[in-house]
Amino acid sequence: MTDHIGVLALQGAYQKHVKCLDALGAESRLVTRSDELPACSALIIPGGESTTMSLLMQEYSLFEPLKAFAETRPVMAICAGMILMADEIDDARVRPLGIIPYRALRNVYGSQLNSFTADIELCFDEEAYRAHFIRAPRFDQLSDDATIVATKDKDAVMVSYGRHLALSFHPELSDDARIHEYWLQQIIN
Amino acid sequence: MSSSKHEDLFTLKVGLAEMLKGGVIMDVTNAEQAKIAEDAGACAVMALERIPSDIRRDGGVARMSDPAMIQAIKETVSIPVMAKCRIGHIAEAQILQALEVDFIDESEVLTPADELNHIYKQDFKVPFVCGATDLGEALRRIGEGAAMIRTKGEAGSGNIVEAVRHMRALRDEIAHLTTLGKEQLMRVAKDMGAPYELVCYVAEHGELPVPNFSAGGIATPADAALVRQLGAQSVFVGSGIFMSEDPAARAQAVVKATTHFDDPAVLLDVSTGLRSAMKGLEIAEIPDNERLAVRGW
Repeated sequence: MTDHIGVLALQGAYQKHVKCLDALGAESRLVTRSDELPACSALIIPGGESTTMSLLMQEYSLFEPLKAFAETRPVMAICAGMILMADEIDDARVRPLGIIPYRALRNVYGSQLNSFTADIELCFDEEAYRAHFIRAPRFDQLSDDATIVATKDKDAVMVSYGRHLALSFHPELSDDARIHEYWLQQIIN
Repeated sequence: MSSSKHEDLFTLKVGLAEMLKGGVIMDVTNAEQAKIAEDAGACAVMALERIPSDIRRDGGVARMSDPAMIQAIKETVSIPVMAKCRIGHIAEAQILQALEVDFIDESEVLTPADELNHIYKQDFKVPFVCGATDLGEALRRIGEGAAMIRTKGEAGSGNIVEAVRHMRALRDEIAHLTTLGKEQLMRVAKDMGAPYELVCYVAEHGELPVPNFSAGGIATPADAALVRQLGAQSVFVGSGIFMSEDPAARAQAVVKATTHFDDPAVLLDVSTGLRSAMKGLEIAEIPDNERLAVRGW
């Protein structure tokens, strides 16, 4: 196994994550097929459209390999990825991978006009983090086994579960690298 | 608006464009087509009453679509919904923003409302995509606040040649800029008629400051893969899907080809056994006054 961090590149903001990882000195590779997973020590499922990614995952036999991957290796999932990571979704158009026990609520804030930027509280750092929420999902029925790592007005916006991380906002759109840094530290330790 | 608020807003606008990368945005004219597009894996739909090839056939003035039709599509799908306003038509854009569409396309496919001025897009909270045929045009639109650029191609033609011309022009001009010295950039900005700061950005980074998609003439999975290989980060497919014989199958094939654009085995698989593509037009057969790509500047 190598040290590459895979970035799922079916659709969405995958190139932005590659840039974030580059800036932190972590080697990455894009993943579009299941035979590319064994070379990865961890995986990012980026933001994008969850319906599109869900369809492509199933059409190209990635669904079961991704579930199996998450049993032994860490996954960071953002926005659409956070929806896919759930064990239940409020929308039958997207098939959940069932990696973290919560119910994902899609598009709860409405259209792009309701996308917003907000300061959120991190449990691992005193300084607030300016987070971008784009047609964002929300966590619902979060299991007690998962840990809330960041909150907005007491609402969970980032949770950890083992070495997995799921976020409803977009750290790859920010110049502030603390979120990627935090996850890299977690998965190295 | 304070400058940090302004930056936050622009990050959100460009952020949505980032989320659409690697995907296919499909033209749809009703809720049923929108559902087919979403089920086939479209990352967004463009709601419009007539697709470009019909506009071409019917002639007359092409305007913003009926908000009721756009609303019906918004209620049907969960993916982002875009809609078109005429170039320079500030009031149509205000109506589309009030309707809460996710993206506005200030589009040459509709009849221009203002021959001299495009919309000042920074005033809007909803993001805009604009067409461009070269780098200067792309940077002028970004200067006005566009959060996404799509090369124009020739909409409704079913012919990829103009899309290729525009992608290559953009790519070559960007590459050229990266070879120049700082002392040459003001002259380039003057010659190109583009904002100096944006010329400097492109020279330093070797890419546009916003995502760059391709449109106008994409009719097959191979067409989508071609423009992706030329650097387009996503594709808009207008007439190409719902003017073909089997729209659902073609839509899904184009989605797969857009993701796996550099994998010939996948391209072969998805290109095989599709029923007929739209007929398409030879560009030389389109009278000059019916060319859409020359609208806007």
